[in-house]
Amino acid sequence: MTLTQQRKLKTLLVGLASWTVALLLFFPIFWMFITSFKTELQAISVPPQLFFEPTFENFSIVQERSDYLKHAWNSVVTSFGATLLALIIAIPAAYSMAFFPGKKTKDILLWMLSTKMLPAVGVLVPIYILSRDYGLLDSKLGLVIIFTLMNLPIIVWMLFSYFKDLPKEILEAARMDGATPWDEMVRVVLPLSVGGIASTGLLSIVLCWNEAFWSLNLTASEAAPLTAMIASYSSPEGLFWAKLSAASTLACAPIVIFGWFCQKQLVQGLTFGAVK
Amino acid sequence: MTSLSKTAIACAVSFAAFNAFAETQITIATVNNGHMIEMQKLTPEFEKQYPDIKLKWVTLEEGVLRQNVTQDIANGSGLYDVMTIGMYEAPIWGERGWLEPVDTSGDYDVADILPSIRGGLSYNGTMYAAPFYGESSMVMYRKDLAEKAGVTIGDRDSWEHIRDAAKAMNDPANGVYGICLRGKAGWGDNMAFLSAMANSFGARWFDMDWKPQLTTDAWKNTVSFYVDMMNNYGPPGASGNSFNENLALFNEGKCGMWIDATIAASFVTDPKQSKVADKVGFAQSPYAVTEKGANWLWSWALGIPAATKNAEAAQTFVRWATSKEYIKLVAEHNGWGAVPTGTRTSTYENPAFQKAAVFADAELKAINSANPNDSTLEPSPYVGVQFAAIPEFQAIGTTTGQMISGALSGSLSVDEALESANRSADRQMRQAGYY
Repeated sequence: MTLTQQRKLKTLLVGLASWTVALLLFFPIFWMFITSFKTELQAISVPPQLFFEPTFENFSIVQERSDYLKHAWNSVVTSFGATLLALIIAIPAAYSMAFFPGKKTKDILLWMLSTKMLPAVGVLVPIYILSRDYGLLDSKLGLVIIFTLMNLPIIVWMLFSYFKDLPKEILEAARMDGATPWDEMVRVVLPLSVGGIASTGLLSIVLCWNEAFWSLNLTASEAAPLTAMIASYSSPEGLFWAKLSAASTLACAPIVIFGWFCQKQLVQGLTFGAVK
Repeated sequence: MTSLSKTAIACAVSFAAFNAFAETQITIATVNNGHMIEMQKLTPEFEKQYPDIKLKWVTLEEGVLRQNVTQDIANGSGLYDVMTIGMYEAPIWGERGWLEPVDTSGDYDVADILPSIRGGLSYNGTMYAAPFYGESSMVMYRKDLAEKAGVTIGDRDSWEHIRDAAKAMNDPANGVYGICLRGKAGWGDNMAFLSAMANSFGARWFDMDWKPQLTTDAWKNTVSFYVDMMNNYGPPGASGNSFNENLALFNEGKCGMWIDATIAASFVTDPKQSKVADKVGFAQSPYAVTEKGANWLWSWALGIPAATKNAEAAQTFVRWATSKEYIKLVAEHNGWGAVPTGTRTSTYENPAFQKAAVFADAELKAINSANPNDSTLEPSPYVGVQFAAIPEFQAIGTTTGQMISGALSGSLSVDEALESANRSADRQMRQAGYY
């Protein structure tokens, strides 16, 4: 086999492997999507049906039973609100750690990341009681605070990595021109890191959108986001897969479309920086 | 009159006027069951009758509902004004003073509620949750397959007879399995079924000193019989099956028999969701050495947390949703076949219901034969047929369920599973200070 043939074979194998992985990852979403157009009986039929007469009944049931727009609005407010708040806190933190590191900076960074290793349920009771005492149960503000705290370590880490990659000479030049640390951050670092900040923000939005544990535990009727709406379609006694699939499809649709438009930045965010 | 006085009077009048038109909003936590969803749909009827009360619904998955309402009630958060709870929670929470007693005065007709259901939701004679629908367990079987196999299924057959019938109907080559039973681990999943089965084999969860009894011969006989029967005549992967999975299998025509909640009767006879709707027969649960506790008793009920700020409005709603009039209202909207069952004697006495629900007699018989205060052959210190109404039971039941599910899937022997479950239960009961 010649070198060119070997290269072609390698490309073919890599392509095949990529398509296989991509199809495997996409299959559950595809199945959820087609199940949402089945009747409950078709949804549980064995062997599973790939071809069937589609029905929109499940979507109309979801629309009738749940206030989709309210849940979607709650998801938008909490995801974007938490991301904005987290960026406001994380940018100065990452800037100071990247450009003015102290002896304990690395320890602090590791400690921040270690908080992500704690199972959320471990702090459920104290967070619940604090939320109750401060009147934050079933409120969007409460969720925004929790989502911010939840994503802050990963956002600080990502931004820290972006900032670390900026050439220090540019900052030194700014200092020579009389720039203060604030000027350096706002006029030099931020404009140079717009791509990194955008991809970090996008990742944070996706993480907030998909968050279910705190959403289910800290909300009831007013602030419940789309994840809580999906959970309401699971039934202990009765068939529910088709309706659950319709609710999931409706809940996933906005973030899938959003992710589709921003996939370039998302991929960059996930492959560049601290979590590369 | 000074301008200050005028302003004060104007404010007072406005405040009084505002209060006169003030609405009370109550938040109701519930599960996604057909009957609950119907109740949600009838919200306009309630609000028409009581225009000063508005209803807000929070529908949750059963596990999440349990976690949320427990958090809410234990911390006195007052997030919910009405909670959907089960027969397990009602007496425990009632004893702790976490629930308001249900107002059964006036025209509520509390005497019409089935005695076993009323007893299961009460503590010291006070009802702490009003039953929305109730259920027991019974045998649902395919009449056509039984006839073809030459077997008969009757009320209170012996377990041996049920196993023989399962063997006769078992036809895996054609995708039909003799018997479908719960195998998925959980105190409300496989252990609900197995506790009732164990009762009929003469077993009990605890002796009179609260010592776990899982290593007794009665438990070993139960679990060995169950594992053996399921491995031979049950569907593959049964250790992952609970109510919904078995419902799907039965409705697809893949089970000869299914022993589970009586509420399933309305699903398996519904042609919209069952391929075998016209071929189903019903019989009372089987037994081994005693009929005591052979079928379980459960009710989804509406309770009012003590921390609610809208107790009066919550009582009004609970009385409405669990009344005879509500059942009639559902019948007017959806027919008598769709009314919530298992709660009131008057429902079963209604000729229209008897005509619409082919399973009515079997269901009533099953519910009436279950006695949560006397469900074991040997005396036991707890209340409950398929559970022991103590706070520690959820953890003990679920651990035992995991072990027995392991025995069903073949990763543990029956003896290993029960010994391990007993050790764990013993540890928890000691830690809780029972002995």
